[in-house]
Amino acid sequence: MGQVAKITQVSGRAISVRGNDIDTDRIIPARYLKESTFSRMGEYPFYDERFDAAGKPKPHPFNDPKYQGASIFFVNKNFGCGSSREHAPQALFRFGIHAIVGESFAAIFASNCVMMGVPTVTVASSEIKELMKVAESDPQIIFAVDLQAKTLSYAGRKIPFDIPDSHRSALITGSWDSTSMLRANLDKVKKVAAQLPYMTGFRG
Amino acid sequence: MAKGSRRTLYDKVWESHTVDILPTGQTQLFVGLHLIHEITTAPAFDMLREKGFDVAFPERTFATVDHIVPTDMRTRPFLDSQAEELIQALEKNVSEFGIEFFGLDSDKQGIVHVIGPQLGLTQPGMTLACGDSHTSTHGAFGTLAFGIGTSQVRDVLATQTLAMDKLKVRRINVNGALSQGVYAKDVILNIIRRLGVAGGKGFAYEYGGAVVEKMSMEERMTICNMSIEGGALVGYVNPDATTFEFLKGREFVPKGEGFDRAVAYWRSVTSDPDARYDDVVNMDGAKVEPTVTWGINPGQAVGISEKLPLPEEFSDPEGAKKAYEHMGWRPGSAILGTPINVAFVGSCTNSRLSDLRAAAKIAKGKKVHPGIRALVVPGSAGVKALAEKEGLDKIFLEAGFEWRAAGCSMCLAMNPDKLQGREICASSSNRNFVGRQGSPGGRTILMSPAMVAAAAVNGKIVDVREYS
Repeated sequence: MGQVAKITQVSGRAISVRGNDIDTDRIIPARYLKESTFSRMGEYPFYDERFDAAGKPKPHPFNDPKYQGASIFFVNKNFGCGSSREHAPQALFRFGIHAIVGESFAAIFASNCVMMGVPTVTVASSEIKELMKVAESDPQIIFAVDLQAKTLSYAGRKIPFDIPDSHRSALITGSWDSTSMLRANLDKVKKVAAQLPYMTGFRG
Repeated sequence: MAKGSRRTLYDKVWESHTVDILPTGQTQLFVGLHLIHEITTAPAFDMLREKGFDVAFPERTFATVDHIVPTDMRTRPFLDSQAEELIQALEKNVSEFGIEFFGLDSDKQGIVHVIGPQLGLTQPGMTLACGDSHTSTHGAFGTLAFGIGTSQVRDVLATQTLAMDKLKVRRINVNGALSQGVYAKDVILNIIRRLGVAGGKGFAYEYGGAVVEKMSMEERMTICNMSIEGGALVGYVNPDATTFEFLKGREFVPKGEGFDRAVAYWRSVTSDPDARYDDVVNMDGAKVEPTVTWGINPGQAVGISEKLPLPEEFSDPEGAKKAYEHMGWRPGSAILGTPINVAFVGSCTNSRLSDLRAAAKIAKGKKVHPGIRALVVPGSAGVKALAEKEGLDKIFLEAGFEWRAAGCSMCLAMNPDKLQGREICASSSNRNFVGRQGSPGGRTILMSPAMVAAAAVNGKIVDVREYS
């Protein structure tokens, strides 16, 4: 892998899933974690809510043709709580979601997203209500998440959003795929390790 | 904050493990111990290969298998070819990168959060990471333990560090004393109920107060385990004499003078008596009842004598209505007396020796109610051996429980132990999410192991205080 892309803006049509505390077991049922790569995860987001036991589709935004191709995802509070499974953001990303706008996100989910280059940004509860309404009434509307300006624009309207500074910085400077950045410090890492008593077996 | 004054354990350990401040503003934090299992790691090793990186500190990573392993038929190859493929991937990765592995046949195999403490790998004043949200369990030792995703597992393998933002610290005092029949599980369910499933976002939880100070290490692990269910990435208890006593003599703990030096270090990392907290919460332990969940997240819980709450009592009535819709109960009714189909004692929350003892005490001399499937799944091969030494297996088997081999089992539906259809499960695990136990329509009621055993022998949810 070479340079990591700088992510400054994500724009596209939007899709919404309503409800607080949507956990990662709902985003991707555990049985799909038995696959040894992420490659097929895009087939599974919200699987048990989208399909019945016989595999027949149920009404769900992710099954609805009018939202196909959407890349911005609107959610409510504490989205992605529960299991740390990176399969959850992988499933959303591979389905086509490139930015998530919500009222709040669970900690591990949000950090998994940023490490994949997917911004999770927060807006007020009243705003998300309006955004979901707008996207549902006209699924063709284009929303633009601007990470430089910290604004979300659509149909001539511009609203501010929040994102942790470190997430924003990692995305816009292209350091979200952190391994190389961390690895460049290996000498310092070894120095810190040598200072920790348990690393030397507590030898006096 | 000024160094050397009014610091929490979190502040001290964070500081001593800081490698650098990264250009993003995050801290590069050294990870003292990395635990891995078969589920969240295969893509991380693939990413390492892709980038041509080695494992920076292979001696600081330990591996086991827990999530996918069958707890009955353990012959290889597994009947489930995907499970077999995952375990083979882990076997290949640990051998290629030189990582110590406690495999299926090892007497050290078990749930990753059970074996770390059991082997003395988990120690105070250490940072610890694992690709599993319940890594907070290890905080019981005064360890800063983080549940991480697969890309972060890759970072730890390649660098033994993580890029992290510092959390705030909330001190939670559980004061007074617990009454008989009330367990650590009830305490943590009440903490989550009160502070909310997202209430811990941005915080590390430091648990203390008379109730926690009096608790055994196993009870403290139950509390810290479910920190993440309250939205807190990290939960911990300051190490004390109980901690040191637990660790003494364990395999990876230094002996003799090394142990004394270790204790001195462990004492030095505890929060200062006048430590500054970002928030303080007080709870009265005496008011905690045996507690069960009624809904689809661990914060939706009630004391066993309470009536089920009305949706209007919540800030999110829609969420409560959804929970009722899934569970099929009526607001205002009692959860006491709810018939169950399955009883599960196990999981990283409650599968240690003291949990099995508490369940066995209830089950002894009784019979599992007809028609109920009841499983006891020890958290590790080590726990299983100790339990068998004191005859707990016989108590369970005579009562009609199944006595299984170690693994995550019915907590999470990645192995053959699953609910069917609309079954209701009295479970000592940690998540009552829709579909969590393997059936999209399945229903989970979380409770302490003693409550699970009492439900199993009565065929319904009962108040364990009447049976102990």
